[in-house]
Amino acid sequence: MIKAYNRITNIIGDIAELDAKDVSFNELAQVTNHNGETSLAQVIRMDGDRVSLQVFAGAKGLSNGAKVRFLGHPMTVHHSDALLGRIFNGSGVPMDGKPPMDESGQVDIAGPSVNPVKRIVPHNFIETRIPMIDVFNPLVESQKLPIFSQAGEPYNELLARVGLQAQADVIVLGGIGLKFDEYIFFRQTFEEGGVMDRTVMFVHTAADPVVERLLVPDLALAVAEQFGVQGKRVLVLLTDMTAFADALKEINVAMEQVPSNLGYPGSLYSDLAARYEKAVDFKGAGSITVLAVTTMPGGDVTHPVPDNTGYITEGQYYLDTGMINPFGSLSRLKQLVIDSVTREDHGAVMNSMIRLYARAQETKKKLAMGFEVTEQDEKYLKYADLFVDRFMDLRVDVTLEKALDNGWKTMAECFEPEEVGIKKALLEKYWPKAE
Amino acid sequence: MNQAPATRGKITGVNGNMVSVDVSEGSLIQNEVAFVNCGDERLKAEVIKIRGRQASLQVFEDTRGVRVGQDVEFSGELLSVELAPGLLGMTYDGLQNPLEHLDNRQGFFLKRGQYPPAVDQEKRWLFNPTAKPGDRVQAGSWLGWVQELHYPHQIMAPLNMLGAATVKSIVEEGEYTIRDTVAVLEDGNGREIPISMLQTWPVKKPIRAYAERLYPQEMMVTQCRIIDTFFPVGRGGVACVPGPFGAGKTVLQHILAKYAQVDIVIVVACGERAGEVVETIITFPELEDPKTGGSLMDRTIIICNTSSMPVAARDASVYTGVTLAEYYRQMGRNVLLLADSTSRWAQAMREMSGRLEEIPGEEAFPAYLESRIAGFYERGGQVRLANDETGSVTLIGTVSPAGGNFEEPVTQGTLKVVSAFHGLSRKRSDERRYPAIDPIDSWSLYLKQMEKSLNAELDPEWVPMVVECQDLLRRGSQVGRMMTVVGEEGVSQADLLDYLRSDMLDAVYLQQNAFDAVDQACSMKRQLRDFKLLVRALRTKFSFPDKPEARRFFAKLQDAFYQKNYCAEDSADYTQYETKIENLLAEGVAP
Ligand SMILES: Nc1ncnc2c1ncn2[C@@H]1O[C@H](COP(=O)(O)OP(=O)(O)O)[C@@H](O)[C@H]1O
Ligand SMILES: [Mg+2]
Repeated sequence: MIKAYNRITNIIGDIAELDAKDVSFNELAQVTNHNGETSLAQVIRMDGDRVSLQVFAGAKGLSNGAKVRFLGHPMTVHHSDALLGRIFNGSGVPMDGKPPMDESGQVDIAGPSVNPVKRIVPHNFIETRIPMIDVFNPLVESQKLPIFSQAGEPYNELLARVGLQAQADVIVLGGIGLKFDEYIFFRQTFEEGGVMDRTVMFVHTAADPVVERLLVPDLALAVAEQFGVQGKRVLVLLTDMTAFADALKEINVAMEQVPSNLGYPGSLYSDLAARYEKAVDFKGAGSITVLAVTTMPGGDVTHPVPDNTGYITEGQYYLDTGMINPFGSLSRLKQLVIDSVTREDHGAVMNSMIRLYARAQETKKKLAMGFEVTEQDEKYLKYADLFVDRFMDLRVDVTLEKALDNGWKTMAECFEPEEVGIKKALLEKYWPKAE
Repeated sequence: MNQAPATRGKITGVNGNMVSVDVSEGSLIQNEVAFVNCGDERLKAEVIKIRGRQASLQVFEDTRGVRVGQDVEFSGELLSVELAPGLLGMTYDGLQNPLEHLDNRQGFFLKRGQYPPAVDQEKRWLFNPTAKPGDRVQAGSWLGWVQELHYPHQIMAPLNMLGAATVKSIVEEGEYTIRDTVAVLEDGNGREIPISMLQTWPVKKPIRAYAERLYPQEMMVTQCRIIDTFFPVGRGGVACVPGPFGAGKTVLQHILAKYAQVDIVIVVACGERAGEVVETIITFPELEDPKTGGSLMDRTIIICNTSSMPVAARDASVYTGVTLAEYYRQMGRNVLLLADSTSRWAQAMREMSGRLEEIPGEEAFPAYLESRIAGFYERGGQVRLANDETGSVTLIGTVSPAGGNFEEPVTQGTLKVVSAFHGLSRKRSDERRYPAIDPIDSWSLYLKQMEKSLNAELDPEWVPMVVECQDLLRRGSQVGRMMTVVGEEGVSQADLLDYLRSDMLDAVYLQQNAFDAVDQACSMKRQLRDFKLLVRALRTKFSFPDKPEARRFFAKLQDAFYQKNYCAEDSADYTQYETKIENLLAEGVAP
């Protein structure tokens, strides 16, 4: 039985409160404003008969005489192959001018976790042809990994480039607080890359209501999950998750909850984890890989959003002055593919080159203070320059194989074999022989 | 036990995973388990606040679909675990539900409201009685045993029994299920107590059925050089591993789970990634436990409440883990409990405290945070049982400080109660100096505490050598800092040599490659041999014509030590590198 009410008691932020009976937690309602505009809303608290609704379109302009109709079920999304090639907004309404999806095939959003025993250990290397990724922090199918970035860095370009290179069966883009131009950029890039017919987009632009931001990751991931269960290798791209966290903050304030850190709710970690943990390699079915963007307010990696994200995700790519920084970046799944799936010298090259580059950075710092350059220092300076040119520059586009060869070549151009800390067996096989 | 009519109530409010319940009659017990009837699902919950007729419950499941007016049943029992043979090798969620035995939605997704038995109820175990009718027993006395994988599993008098009792009867050797009665005791009041192989225990209460707690004096060998040699942990000790994300906390816990020389390992994956648990579940059955010849999984129990599983069960998971550890300690076993990460547990407390509208403390954590942390670590320890056997629970918890800053409530609260601190540093992990335990900031009180036994077992000079190396590391780091100010030309050759020595010690001994088949585990015997040779090298007085020559020499020496790490002990290559080091030392000595 569907019940309708037409008296809202309180409106605080984007939350409307009213007295209603026989409502269930997280149930969906339809709110029809005095001017006929409608929005979906979700029950987020119940206290006796007092029900708090989070209004997806926001409460701006909402009349306390608006009509509220409870729908008897939580938020769902349509799922079928007909989604491919389509673009929706943050409430699942088409924004590509095509007709809405039919009412059948609805699946719950934000559903329960995968039973850990139904997962397998990831093992497929995804070659991106970006040496800073492939050599130093390889991406693995089913990994969840954000790009940490300051405002103004080419993070969406990087996201799209990796997205196209990954050769997934299905791409799901979740745009959260995107600028209109960024939305168009993704659409064009995917059309030109020839992947639009296997892509679904859920796009919330900066002009859309803030509550809808919260839905985008859940819609995108619910759809991805269904494709994954069907055996597809799905890539989910989410940008920008900091905008998602900021929406959580707004709701938290409206709900008068005690914030833990910079106004963010104490549940920020769990809230982000509930989304990122959807990345999975299903036992006997497909997989979901999640690549996201997390912009760092003020470039501060210890800000609660990147900080909590780093604790959840399986590493991060740290984008800094247009390059992937080798120190802040990490792929936690790399050991699952390095040497076993990739070439046997991969691990050794990766570790030594990073250690040497760290030394080179120290040397630079020291020399910046005006000290005499020693013979040792010169080796490191030369190495640092070659490292930037051959590895860090984002224009470099080579296979992993080639990049590893470049690594040996670079080390040999600067150092003696006993200076690089590599096992003898590998040195004998790969150290370039002097002509 | 449950004669009083069950208390019932009706839901009056829902706020996330907290529900308020109006209880019109019957009594309420703080922390008792209740079930919320939501349609045809029964959701497990725990009473966390009682005010008048109003109870607040934390529900261990997603509360979607719960309605005001729905029925709640109170069980009268505290949140408990099942203790019986059959626990080893299992993977549980935070409430001890066996993950392999759950039904899954669409074949993959956890379905709420399922609570199957934790251990196999049908399996028949060969019971060997050891007590006789007429024996006087007390809580935890061993009555008989069954063989659980590689260890005898003691069947004990109830761990919560008050006072002494007499064995009235006990069955003959034979096969029984965990529910069969295997003995009958008679207590001081002439009441009969039937004994089966299954006990239950409320997780938030420590098991204390032992004679006394001991002062940890033996080392728990981890085969990780920097820990065993520099910051050792005693059997029954408590240690914490704080570190920013990506610094290597989880990898270190995995290393300990694999190589620590203990009987049983309990891994509590608390609010962290599911993928990490999966690695353990899949790789451990394939790895050998050198001690028993069985698989590593045979000595392991996994408790996992991963980060997207319901938050309230996260709080339960650490207690479930430590209770199982204490249970095996009562059998005289040495147990290692690894909790990754205790910060997620603290955050679960914070979320609940917020919903209860308690007055928040620092960073919105509840005021009782510190006492809860202390209470948890106090459950570690080595004990002497009434039969003079000893057992231990060693606790090692990771901490995930916000922003990697150790000045936060969870790290600080933990540092007050642990005796070893393995602090991971961002700088070291960025430089790939793994394990990234900071050799200068970290400490272990056990080094001094165990000095006598270490010197007796390893080398009369063991602890002094370790202290000497710690001094060297400090000096090396000072010289390093000085050189960033005055340059290499600004320091004397003696200072530079200290720097090179300390750098070598770091590179070839503190660092250890977790992903190399040989280097990943270093036996104590090998640590002794490697460390003594290294100390000899560090003590050798060298003199070089100039600084570049010193650097060249040390590069060679360091590389020889480094290559040796990758050679199996006693292999031809290993001894060859020892000889090479000896020769280098002879060559570099000052004339
Ligand atoms: N001892 C080690 N040896 C080699 N690599 C390591 C070691 N410890 C950590 N790492 C690397 O660092 C990554 C992050 O480590 P992890 O233990 O997951 O960090 P944390 O739990 O502190 O966030 C690992 O995936 C691995 O690549
Ligand atoms: Mg970890």
